[in-house]
Amino acid sequence: MDIETTIDPVAECSVLIRFEAAPSDQLSWIIGEISLYLRNQLGAWVMNVTPSFNTILIDYLPHRISIFEFVPYLERIVTEALLHLPEQPEFQSIELPVYYHPDVGPDLAIYYEHGLTLDQIIHLHSSKAYTVGAIGFTAGFAFLSAVDDKLQLERKASPRLKVAKGSVGIANHQTAVYPSDSPGGWNIIGNCPIDIYTPNSSPVLPFAIGTQVTFKPIGLEEFLALGGNISKEWQ
Amino acid sequence: MTNTSTIKVIKPGQQTLLQDFGRFGLSHMGIAQGGPLDDYAYSWANHLLGNSTNCPALEITLGQAEFKIEDDCELAIAGGNLNAKLDGKPITNWSTFSARKGQSLTFGLPLNGLRSYLAVKEGFIAPQQLGSCATVVRDQLGGIKSGSPLSAGDELQFSPHSVRKKPVQMSFRCKPDYDRVLELRVVEGYQIDDFSAEQLDKFYSQEFEVSQFIDRMGYRLCSGKVIPPEKQYLSEGIALGAIQIPPSGEPIVLFNDRQTIGGYAKLGCVARIDLPRLAQAKPGQKVRFVKGDLLGLQEAWCKWANYFWY
Repeated sequence: MDIETTIDPVAECSVLIRFEAAPSDQLSWIIGEISLYLRNQLGAWVMNVTPSFNTILIDYLPHRISIFEFVPYLERIVTEALLHLPEQPEFQSIELPVYYHPDVGPDLAIYYEHGLTLDQIIHLHSSKAYTVGAIGFTAGFAFLSAVDDKLQLERKASPRLKVAKGSVGIANHQTAVYPSDSPGGWNIIGNCPIDIYTPNSSPVLPFAIGTQVTFKPIGLEEFLALGGNISKEWQ
Repeated sequence: MTNTSTIKVIKPGQQTLLQDFGRFGLSHMGIAQGGPLDDYAYSWANHLLGNSTNCPALEITLGQAEFKIEDDCELAIAGGNLNAKLDGKPITNWSTFSARKGQSLTFGLPLNGLRSYLAVKEGFIAPQQLGSCATVVRDQLGGIKSGSPLSAGDELQFSPHSVRKKPVQMSFRCKPDYDRVLELRVVEGYQIDDFSAEQLDKFYSQEFEVSQFIDRMGYRLCSGKVIPPEKQYLSEGIALGAIQIPPSGEPIVLFNDRQTIGGYAKLGCVARIDLPRLAQAKPGQKVRFVKGDLLGLQEAWCKWANYFWY
C-alpha cells in the first residue's frame, strides 16, 4: 500500500505517526495491526499506543531508548507493515444486538420527521458492516463508520447530560454504542444490552481498531433477557 | 489473612484519591492513565520512605481532610502545603514523620499549592484493576472500590513496619514554590504549523490565568486567547500535557485523566518537568508559555526519570 507516513516527536515521551491518507477500512486495519505489534514487541520502552483514524500516538521512555534509535525503529516497522499489507485483509468481526425502539431511542422521532419509518431506519442501520476507526471519548467508545447517507445527522447542538449505557447513537457519518452512562451529543436510536466495557474480565472490549461491527435487530423480550434496561431519564 | 495495619478516613475533604504511578498500556481502549497529577511530589513522598515509585499513596486535593491513625506507622508528605498537623502540631512538608496509634492527622486549607501526597512505608495495600490501583472515576477503575474517591469510614491498609524516629527530609533546593508566576516550557508539535505566525506570537506573548475550570482531566486557562486554525481535524491520540486550543480560543492543558483521543487543534505539550507546577496552580495564578527545546527538556526529564526509577 502506497501511503506516505511521517513520524514526529510531540512531547519528550511521545511520538506521533501520521498516515497521509483519508480514513478507510484498509487504513484502520493496518493501523490496528501496527499498534498490536508495537504493544506486543516493545514492553520495556513503550508505555501506551493510541491508534486513531490516521495516526498512532506512542508514549515511550526516552531514558530507556533514545529518540535517535526509536524513530528509525518505528520507521522500519511501519514501512514493513505497509509493504506486506494483504490485498484483502482479514477483518475481525463481531455482531451486537440492538433494540431499536422509541423507549430507548428518543431521537428516532427526528428521523420520523424526515419521513423515515422505524423499519426503514432499522434496515438502513443494521444491513451493513461498520469499521472501528478509533476508540476513545470514554473507555470503550468506538467510532464506527460509515453510516448510510439517509441516516446521517449532525450531533446535537447541546449534548445531553446523561446518555444511558448501551445507547446506540449517530453523529454525521459515524455510529457508536455508549459503553457506560455519560454525557453525549449523538442522536440515539436504540440500545445494545451487551456489556461493551468489562474492566474486570478479559477481553476488556469486544473490538479493536479495524474490527468490523454489525448490528442485529432484536425485540423487547430478547433485549430484556440479555439484561437490557429501559431508561426513564431522558432529558 | 496476614496482619495488616490501618489508617481510617474520617473526612476525605474535597477529593482524596488513591494513586499509584498510573495505568499504562490500555490507552488503545480509551482507558486513561490516571496517577498523580504532580508526579514530582508523589515520587518524593515515596522516595523519602525508601518506597518504589509505584507504591500506592494518597492525592489530597484542597485539604480539609482528616485521618485517624489506627496503628503506629511511618508516613511522608510532599507537594502543596495544606497545613498538615498531627494531633494539632504542624508537620514539616517534604519530610517523613512517625505517627502513633490513636493520633489524628489533619489537612487544612492550602497555603501553597493545591495537592498534597501522603505516602506510607511500603505503600497502601489496594486491589489492582487492569494492573494498577490508580483511581480514575470516569473509567470506574482503581481506588479501594471501582473508581470511587475515598469517603468517610474507608479503611486504608498497609503492612506493619518498624518506625524510624528521625525524619528524612529533602534538600531545600528541591522544594518548589508553587505560588510563583508559572513559566511553562513548550515542546512544539501536533498542529503548530497550521497556526498563523500572529497567533503563535500571541500565544507566547500573552499572560494567561488559571481559570476555575481545573480538574484531573485538564486545566483551562483564561484572560487570553489564541485563534485556532480554521480546519477540522480527525481525532488523534493526546499526549500528557498537550495544549489544546478549542474554538473559544482559551487553551486547555491536558492532564492524567484526559480523554485518550481528541480533535481540537494542539500546539504541542507542556514540558514534563514543568507540568507538576501547573498541577499545583490555583485559579487566578498567572501563566506564560515559552518555547522549549525538545532535546534539552528530554535530557532533564531523563535525569529525573532515572533518579526515581520510572
